[in-house]
Amino acid sequence: MAELVDLATGIKRLVRDGDTVALEGFTHLIPVAAGHEIIRQGRRDLTLARMTPDIIYDQMIGAGCARRLVFAWGGNPGVGSLHRLRDAVERGWPHRLELEEHSHAGMANRYAAGASGLPFGVLRGYAGTDLPKHTPGIRPISCPFTGEVLTAVPALNPDVTVIHAQRADRRGNVQLWGITGVQKEAVLAARKSLVTVEEIVDELGQKPGAIVLPSWIITAVARVPGGARPSYAQDYYDRDNAFYRAWNAISRDRNAFNDWLQHL
Amino acid sequence: MRFTAEEMMTITAARALAGHGSCFVGIGLPSTAANLARRLHNPDLILIYESGAIGAKPTRLPLSIGDSELATTADTVVSVPEVFNYWLQPGRIDVGFLSAAQVDRFGNLNTTVIGGDYQMPVVRLPGAGGAPEIAASCREVILVIRQSKRAFVERLDFLTSVGYGEGPGDRRRLGLRGKGPVMLITDLGVLEPDPASCELTLTKVHPGVDAAAVRQATGWELKMAETLATTKEPTDDELAALRELINHEH
Repeated sequence: MAELVDLATGIKRLVRDGDTVALEGFTHLIPVAAGHEIIRQGRRDLTLARMTPDIIYDQMIGAGCARRLVFAWGGNPGVGSLHRLRDAVERGWPHRLELEEHSHAGMANRYAAGASGLPFGVLRGYAGTDLPKHTPGIRPISCPFTGEVLTAVPALNPDVTVIHAQRADRRGNVQLWGITGVQKEAVLAARKSLVTVEEIVDELGQKPGAIVLPSWIITAVARVPGGARPSYAQDYYDRDNAFYRAWNAISRDRNAFNDWLQHL
Repeated sequence: MRFTAEEMMTITAARALAGHGSCFVGIGLPSTAANLARRLHNPDLILIYESGAIGAKPTRLPLSIGDSELATTADTVVSVPEVFNYWLQPGRIDVGFLSAAQVDRFGNLNTTVIGGDYQMPVVRLPGAGGAPEIAASCREVILVIRQSKRAFVERLDFLTSVGYGEGPGDRRRLGLRGKGPVMLITDLGVLEPDPASCELTLTKVHPGVDAAAVRQATGWELKMAETLATTKEPTDDELAALRELINHEH
């Protein structure tokens, strides 16, 4: 059964230096507060996995938490670049960042394979692109039935997956709805998982299209209202598009970023 | 009404969606064009966003592919593995809209790195996202890219998404099941693949654009159709609908 913890305790117990950590949430329900707690606790040498690094990984990379990034699309959605990510790759600041680069379809299938207990996922993807030259885990595989050549990608099994959800009940059953991205797969693929939630309720109500993650597959649940800001939590608060735009100027400049970091 | 080159490009992209059933929509200009098409001439166009929103009907332009407006107006919202595996991969989607930092004469795209080497590029771009599989599996692909020598290059710094590879037969050899890029819309005109060579060829210029200027903004020896057509000027209705959309952006 999931243990109900506070955020600082959850991060302290679950996230260790050198871990492979996935903070998932596809634009919606990004576990930003948990990422900030990882920065505050000074975790280092993390392999950060995420389909879309978004500003939370920009912040964690700039703060020096990451040794390696596993990703598919590293931009500020609708705005432009993630400048801390770019500074790390282009100029090695605050230190070199190794990249393990995939497409969205590849990342999704890596998590799905991880959740399924399979060593790899298979898809029609990457053919003819330069990605397999740089990402060793993209390999051709022949269909045993038709002989068609497809692409295999290795399962992604994070040490810890962290997600944010709308609510949990007192036993730690978690419910999320709206755009649910790859969170279910990322939790099921992980050895340990932490879910931050907007609220803890007596009974989970009905919601169209909602996913319930049962308490017994989750390690810990922490109540963190507003824990996805400046991303959003459907039916709780909207995406803070103004902050996404403002982040461009903060992240572009090392001093402005350091100033932001001081106040975290 | 007077119009800008950017407006001409967006309206041309919206017009290209006439008669299509479904569109895999990326954020930015493709999203603007697809939503404009729904308002103008294709109200039943099914918009599919990679966040899993299928049949989204946003009343305002979203800033990201995962804005709540997309989920709350969609026919259904599916997971990210599902949108790629069940919806895109089998070839269910008519049109994919893509843009890029670099394009070559065969419509291959780079959204990964510019200059230097892969490990330490001069410019690190966002990367692949959904593009390689959109380029592979949508029945047709429409490219929308502002035309300049920097973007229209002889040789890509990185091949992120395949158009026609190195020419005829490459898509089949690679097992890519969609038709590939059928049109490249720019702020200067429209390029279409030559049926024999697959090479992108200038077939239309936008009103007031000189063909020589298009050649000047292309980093390879640009082929031109024997008779160049001119794109129809935006109508007042088209411009009014576009401006209303943009003014109500999130």
